[in-house]
Amino acid sequence: MPSSSSIAAIRFGAGLSPASRAPVDAAALMAELSAPDHVARDFPVAASADIWDLARQIYAQGKAMRANTPGAAEAHRALQQEAYATASAGLVSLLLRGQAAPTGFRERLQDFWSDHFTVVAANAALYALPTAMAEEAIRPNIATTFPQMLRAVITHPAMLVYLNQNTSFGPNSPAGKRQHKGLNENLGREVLELHTLGVGAAYTQTDVRQMAFLLTGLTVRPDTGFTFAPGMVEPMTEVVLGHRYGGPPREKLSQIYLALDEIALRPETAQHVCTKLATYFVADQPDKGLVAAMVAAYRAGDGALLPVYRAMLDHPAARAPLGAKVRRPFDFVMASVRALQPPAATLKALDRMQVNRLFAGPMANMGQAFQRAAGPNGWPEAAAAWIQPQFLAARIQWAMAAPVALHPDLPDPRDFVQVALAEAASPATRQAAMRAESRREGIGLILASNDFNRR
Amino acid sequence: MTLDPLKDTITRRNLLKTGALVGCSVAAQPLLTTVAFAEAPGDARLVVVILRGALDGLDMVRPVGDPDFAARRKQTLEGAPAIPLTGIFALHPDLADLMPLWHAGELGFVHAVSTPYRDKRSHFDGQDILEAGTGLDVPDRAVKDGWLNRLLQTMPRAGSETAFAVGHDEMKVIMGRAAYDSWAPDARIGLSAHSERLLEAMYHDDPLFRDAATQGMVLTHEIARQQKAAAAMGQGMAAGEMMGQAMAASAPAHKGPMKPDPVAQFAASRLTGTTRIATFSITGWDSHANQRGVLGREFARLANTILTLRHGLGPVWKKTTLIAMTEFGRTAWENGSGGTDHGTGGAMILAGGAIRGGKVYGRWPGLSETALFERRDLMPTADVRSYAAWTMRRLYGVDKGVLERTIFPGLDMGSDPGILL
Repeated sequence: MPSSSSIAAIRFGAGLSPASRAPVDAAALMAELSAPDHVARDFPVAASADIWDLARQIYAQGKAMRANTPGAAEAHRALQQEAYATASAGLVSLLLRGQAAPTGFRERLQDFWSDHFTVVAANAALYALPTAMAEEAIRPNIATTFPQMLRAVITHPAMLVYLNQNTSFGPNSPAGKRQHKGLNENLGREVLELHTLGVGAAYTQTDVRQMAFLLTGLTVRPDTGFTFAPGMVEPMTEVVLGHRYGGPPREKLSQIYLALDEIALRPETAQHVCTKLATYFVADQPDKGLVAAMVAAYRAGDGALLPVYRAMLDHPAARAPLGAKVRRPFDFVMASVRALQPPAATLKALDRMQVNRLFAGPMANMGQAFQRAAGPNGWPEAAAAWIQPQFLAARIQWAMAAPVALHPDLPDPRDFVQVALAEAASPATRQAAMRAESRREGIGLILASNDFNRR
Repeated sequence: MTLDPLKDTITRRNLLKTGALVGCSVAAQPLLTTVAFAEAPGDARLVVVILRGALDGLDMVRPVGDPDFAARRKQTLEGAPAIPLTGIFALHPDLADLMPLWHAGELGFVHAVSTPYRDKRSHFDGQDILEAGTGLDVPDRAVKDGWLNRLLQTMPRAGSETAFAVGHDEMKVIMGRAAYDSWAPDARIGLSAHSERLLEAMYHDDPLFRDAATQGMVLTHEIARQQKAAAAMGQGMAAGEMMGQAMAASAPAHKGPMKPDPVAQFAASRLTGTTRIATFSITGWDSHANQRGVLGREFARLANTILTLRHGLGPVWKKTTLIAMTEFGRTAWENGSGGTDHGTGGAMILAGGAIRGGKVYGRWPGLSETALFERRDLMPTADVRSYAAWTMRRLYGVDKGVLERTIFPGLDMGSDPGILL
């Protein structure tokens, strides 16, 4: 029977680590969220502004290339390589943070919220943008409030572009009339359906449409990033879920913020967000009492997130036996790296092709192409969705091949089973570790075990 | 008694699923070969393609002869003109490669169809309902399996190899209690025999992992043998080459002729063997902006998928029915960004040598504002499930009552639309 510390580290953290042996409990997990974010400082990721900057150069060279300007093709290729490399480095930084963090609770929460607010890069020049959005809009708000995170995400260029808000014009706005452009419902719909109320809530197509009208004016400019453009705002008073949001276009941004805040604090949103959190961390069908405790904390704190996490960690369901969930591929790879503790310098030195070969490609084969979910609803939670033959095959392949490429000096499998799983290792897994024909295969079998792939 | 390596492995898989023989090596139980081998249900092949993201049927099969069409669409129609099909309809220019099939009667469409899903226009609910095959009267999550799985449940002689889910997408349409196989063309499990045994022992008491790994190992061995045989005949299939290319793969579409689609190629290789039903999805149809570019790429991919299948199936193409369905259609009007938003009525694609193609099936509702659903979307005039139901009825002789009560609960199939030869 695993200790409560192992359960907490595996269920809520990034997994067990030989470098971080302090007992893990609710207090330790919560403390990490209030402490300075050292791993973010040590393993930085690219900022949106720099990514846009590079993308603009790529687009310019692409244009020059199509006009047959001498040298443009080479320049375009070099810049595009740089964009790929930026995205690859971002993935490596996220893994290194998981490796070095005291428990990795913040890394897990970032993974959860990045999925809740899924974005996918619009094109190859912008591959690094989802990581930048997580860094700029999600990570700083993991310990603030849901309304604050919602506002930061909805106004982040990555989200505005992904859900086409940047091309949504009020049809009767000056810009809409001049350019003969109109509304795009995409973001308005997903804010209600995915980000806040949830699809089961009582809203209608009319609410979606009104929300989309209300969001007009939120856009992205190449030089300034997120911009509120009153010239794109539909001149009207919108009614969303029975609340009226009016006023002159110039002042409409505050109405948008007001609407987002009000929707974020509705009971349906509390229910939706807390159910998703409990599903992500605890069980595919989470305990109703657990969700209720989290919802109560959400509502008592006006969407403050720390009390919600605390309610989750303090509930008896948080200490239930491990195994109800399957680690999703990113989570699985992060936990593996954390257990292996390869030298940070080895990971930092990987070029983008190596990152593809070692991480991005295998994760895609496991069913979770990094930051490329098929739609804004993100990745599935159910264990059965991830343990399909072809996906499990990719996990096994990776477990057998990657550790030896990452670590110059693989540990003894008999020790590693203790490091990676502690008391959560079944006798069969221990036996496999002991009987493997080589270190490589022993480590591979431990990482491929159902014990390690579940949590 | 001669040993057939293919049957041998399948036998082993079936037995391993019961957990009885975990730990035995591949060729250890030859005597059981003929006992557990399930006979495939007939000869007809069915390919079900889920088009995720809501394909714009109005752009694929354009009702150019409808008096209201020109007023609804503008930017999405830029570029090459549509290719005349029949009556008021014309085909999107980026599907031109499929025209030989149309002329051969091996390509057809059904217009103005949808599932019973209405109003909220959520992709994810829409896809869940499409794949569950239910109506709206079924309580949430009451039906946990997909309709293709329920079809398998009605086939007592089906084995897991009868049906195949291919690729890296979750396929709820085939998930459920009837056994089926699932694999991706680039997957393999390369373990030593010793490690394989240790892995089997670890997974022994965990059915989710055990069944998946057993299938994976069996398929790895089987495909390796096939590739060896094919290579010996000088036509080796390139497998595993996609490993590590996930990021590069989504780079801008390359110019020139496309490589054969690996998913379709793999599906064809199974369907020419014991598999009768294959399913996979094509994603990326959610064309909220720059629809001309988005759908141009997607249609090129779709055409390549269908042509790869036809090529790979060879003579079996004659016995094949492909149906491609999407969760709902899109708005009749273009939106403000050269795209379209979520709608209701859409279109279904039919292909294969077994269909009666060269036709656009369905009842056309028109595009005048009052003819639209909620004055915005193409009005569905038929349930897309009835076409799938008639396909299964004609291909596999499934009882009408079973189709209307079990596979598609609550469906009224109506009269046979005659989409199959």
